[in-house]
Amino acid sequence: MSMSLVESLKVLHAVRTPGQVVIPTMGSAREWMTLGTHPLDFIYAPSAMGQAPLVGLGVALAQPERQVIVTNGDGCTLMNLGCLVTITAAAPRNLVLIVCDNSVYEVTGQQLTAAAEPARPGAPAVDYCAIARGCGFREVFAYERLEAWQAEVGRVLSVSGPTFVLLSVAPVPGGAVPKSPAPAPQRAIEFSRALQSAPLTEAFN
Amino acid sequence: MFTGQQIVTELERLGLTHVVWLPDSTLGQWEEALGASQALKLIRVCREGEAWSVAAGLALGGARPVVMIQCTGLFESGDSLRNAIFDYGLPLFAVIGHRSSLNPAATDSARRFTEPNLKSWGLDYRTIDKPEKLPELAMFFRSCRDAGRPGVVLIGEGKM
Repeated sequence: MSMSLVESLKVLHAVRTPGQVVIPTMGSAREWMTLGTHPLDFIYAPSAMGQAPLVGLGVALAQPERQVIVTNGDGCTLMNLGCLVTITAAAPRNLVLIVCDNSVYEVTGQQLTAAAEPARPGAPAVDYCAIARGCGFREVFAYERLEAWQAEVGRVLSVSGPTFVLLSVAPVPGGAVPKSPAPAPQRAIEFSRALQSAPLTEAFN
Repeated sequence: MFTGQQIVTELERLGLTHVVWLPDSTLGQWEEALGASQALKLIRVCREGEAWSVAAGLALGGARPVVMIQCTGLFESGDSLRNAIFDYGLPLFAVIGHRSSLNPAATDSARRFTEPNLKSWGLDYRTIDKPEKLPELAMFFRSCRDAGRPGVVLIGEGKM
């Protein structure tokens, strides 16, 4: 069972508060941009695949009173599983890592990841939540149904992190590589300015 | 070549806030002093490429990080370094251990490829290969900071 990526992001978008940072990458970046713009959005495109959670970690450490939400892909997660260890070692209570798991490399044409069950003869799909727990995430959540995610998103964002969320989503047919919505250096400057002047996240005041 | 306290003193004077590191056997000797610093927070990563991305986030958030890794980690860092410095234009600064560089007889390929690697990225760097050159770290950092450009200090490693 899985949910629509766009619909799952709409759930997050609906509850996002003015002081929260959102750092989406890959497919989630592409879809998040269609929902509107926000000064504390840092669309991580162009990206270094696997690095979005670390950029989020840096922001979270620099601004510990502001909640930082990273939406990552499962392929990105696989490319840098060590980041889960790095994050929990730094222990940012204000970091939420959401992994949108569609079991494929969507933007390159939906090839299976090595973690997907069909790619693993005789072995089950990789259990990302077990990995997150093993790495020491304080809070781990998993949702396969939109209704459940919608019902619990408020609680997920209110707990003290680091928080790991796995959303089982369907691949987006024809989903392309996200394009930077403006020149990346300019966006970095604007995001940095916004970060240092915007009101703090209500939940972390 | 340097004690951890010497390095900490230099970094503190420069107003740095975070050391994002994955040490080698030379840099690793600085851990106790770095960990004891009240001004510097030590962020441990699992792979050197992560260090540039954490530093990027820190810089975006208004902190003043330095990346501290070995040259082998520089080789590993390519994609994240490329993204942070060249896609987003973040002027990150790094202290990188130059393995075997003080040993002229070394056949270590890590020694041979470090400077060509930095040159291929177009990254300006200085080499600190003698104790008396330590002040160059601060001088070079300030020149990079004032110019808003990235920079690397190579720390000589090997025989002394």
